[in-house]
Amino acid sequence: MSAREKLLELRGVTMDFGGLRVVSDLDLHVDEGEIVSVIGPNGAGKTTLFNLITGIYEPHAGDIVFAGESIVGLDPHKITRKGIARTFQTLRLFLNMSVRDNVMAAAYGHTKSGPLRAMLRTPGQRREERETRALAEQRLAFFGERLMGYRWDQPAYSLSYANRRRLEIARATAANPRMLLLDEPAAGMNPAETHEITELIGKLRDEGGYTILVIEHDMHVVEGISDRVIALDHGVKIAEGSFDAVATDPRVVEAYLGTRSVATK
Amino acid sequence: MGDVYDDDSLTAPVAGAAEATAAEETSPAVGRDEWVARQAELRFRRGGTIGVVEERLRAVPWWAWLTLFVAVAALLPVGFESGYVRRVAFDTALYMLLALGLNVVLGWGGLLDLGYVAFYGIGAYTYAVLNSDKYDVHLGAIPSMVIVLAIGAVAGFLVGLPSRRLSGDYLAIVTLFFLQIFLTVTINSDDIAGHNVLGGPNGVLNVDPLTFFGHEIPVSHDGIFNVAYLYIAIAVFAVVYVALRLVNQSRTGRAWRSLREDALAAELMGMPVNWLKLMSFAFGAAVAALTGVLFASLNASVFPLTFSFPLLITIYTMVILGGTGSQAGVVIGAILINSTLEFLREPADARELFYAVVLIGIVATFRISWRLAIVLGGTFVFGVILHVVAKAIDGSWVDGAAAGGGGLGDLASDWVIVPSDLAAWITPVSYITLVAVTLLLTLLKGWVRLVVLVPTLYLAAFVWENVMLAKPEPTRYIVLGALLIALMIARPNGILGERRVEIV
Repeated sequence: MSAREKLLELRGVTMDFGGLRVVSDLDLHVDEGEIVSVIGPNGAGKTTLFNLITGIYEPHAGDIVFAGESIVGLDPHKITRKGIARTFQTLRLFLNMSVRDNVMAAAYGHTKSGPLRAMLRTPGQRREERETRALAEQRLAFFGERLMGYRWDQPAYSLSYANRRRLEIARATAANPRMLLLDEPAAGMNPAETHEITELIGKLRDEGGYTILVIEHDMHVVEGISDRVIALDHGVKIAEGSFDAVATDPRVVEAYLGTRSVATK
Repeated sequence: MGDVYDDDSLTAPVAGAAEATAAEETSPAVGRDEWVARQAELRFRRGGTIGVVEERLRAVPWWAWLTLFVAVAALLPVGFESGYVRRVAFDTALYMLLALGLNVVLGWGGLLDLGYVAFYGIGAYTYAVLNSDKYDVHLGAIPSMVIVLAIGAVAGFLVGLPSRRLSGDYLAIVTLFFLQIFLTVTINSDDIAGHNVLGGPNGVLNVDPLTFFGHEIPVSHDGIFNVAYLYIAIAVFAVVYVALRLVNQSRTGRAWRSLREDALAAELMGMPVNWLKLMSFAFGAAVAALTGVLFASLNASVFPLTFSFPLLITIYTMVILGGTGSQAGVVIGAILINSTLEFLREPADARELFYAVVLIGIVATFRISWRLAIVLGGTFVFGVILHVVAKAIDGSWVDGAAAGGGGLGDLASDWVIVPSDLAAWITPVSYITLVAVTLLLTLLKGWVRLVVLVPTLYLAAFVWENVMLAKPEPTRYIVLGALLIALMIARPNGILGERRVEIV
């Protein structure tokens, strides 16, 4: 594991909201081909971590290095083009667009034809359009039958909650990233679907070749997918290692359940 | 999973659950979805002939509709010799173009651009300056159009710059301010540092007609509108429609719609949101500016106040009524509104429209039912009795002639009380009573509503014949407003607008 190359590395990243320190001097790395889970109680700074990596926020201190290059201060769309795509905890699909268009839209970063070529329908533009469509359909096919066939032309708002989560993942993969950030992929899913998403995240790495950083509350999922687990509390990394090591770490237990004295009150 | 929850498992839920777990352990059902497998039976389909027709119509591709539409528009002058009708068709084509341009910014980009008509003005003024004696430049149509497109796009780009940081209401205010600046500058352009730059309130006069390769196309023959301009407008419309359609179906169009849906998500999926916003501003502005060329060349003059708020509101109405985001919709909106406004100029035509709309409204509300018969029959009998009573009391009460005349007008004056000499107080009282009773109607239910509806309809006819038709000009806008309210209540997303869902 340690022999692998570091794909993403955070060095001393700090972020304040007003007077509140949300992420504090955080060091973190994800190796190429690894699946790393971030756990922690609500408000621990997990989603803020994602927002920092994807460029929505700029850290007040520290550096974020992706594939050997600092990505601090870049516009979010440029970071995505460098190879980081994400999903959202509160789903942010393009609800009034078709399922297929949702996925095709995310191919913007690695396609080229501008409006002028679209007006003239040049052969290159038409080929690119066909390729984008094929790419989208292939990404949707990753989820078996669930997002197939007539659903391609349905608006995204017609999908069930679980299918919306799947569509978000499909959309993120259409940006052709090297790394996927999944923000609570199993939230709101029933046990069977949770089981399925656990399989799928493993498949994403094995077949898609993505390096994956995932925020998840469901410990079955975390246990099922993680090469490594990082526990955050109040923006500080309190534990890191294998699932078993982190899950039994007294500081993690304390962060989730409170100290013994409080618990017995 | 599906067979687990059949009747047997309901009687033995514990066993069923255990089976389900076992099934999952052995073969994880990745991507299995019974619902999708049965989708063919589950999909909603309207039955009968209407359903079949609807399905067939949906299958017709957009370019077939466009070809049909352009063909019909091009054949219009064959059926109508009148220069007036052709001129109205030309104006409608300009509105269609303006609506298409606004649809790019508002419908696809989701940006509230209240400075839109300023770009129309910029295009018209640019053409006027490049093709008149004002600066003794006569550039001709094709080079002017290229320059106007470029200037329009650049202007749109610059005005769009605030959209990098602003959205919604804030952007609307800034762009509205830009329109005000445009008006202020053009109105005062007769004295900018002592120079008469653009003629001020008097505008730029004696603008050349369109000139292609030295060949001038006169705007009129013997004072009658030259139909060539209609063909040019239709041709420009077709080109713009197709060009925008192709852009919308491309990567750029998808990105525009994505940013309209969720700008942050679009940015994080690799789309340069700020650049895309500027692009949609530039596209809309270029189309508006191009339309300005047609306007300035036909009218041979350009004045500042043409490009003012009433026009802005009219174009927005067309786009919103037709269905923001739908190209065909905004074109229909433009046709509907401009032709309605023209139709309402003539009292006899307006009368037909009024009674037809009222009748359609009543039928649509009650469908074919006994209540419909009560309302229509009741109103008719009510009117006849009132007419007879009024005539018996004083003959002059029903002696008035229906404005505009015509067959329907004669019929109406035999039923509605039209006094030969209307007392001054009746006008405001009847009008305000009608508005009040109409509002009251929305609060009533059941048979009370039916009872009140009968005299209300009669009062509406009375107000229409005596008050509204006496003043056709304001009546046009009041009727248009009422139509809009009714249509928007019936179809909040516009005629061809897609149902928009914000949060589910």
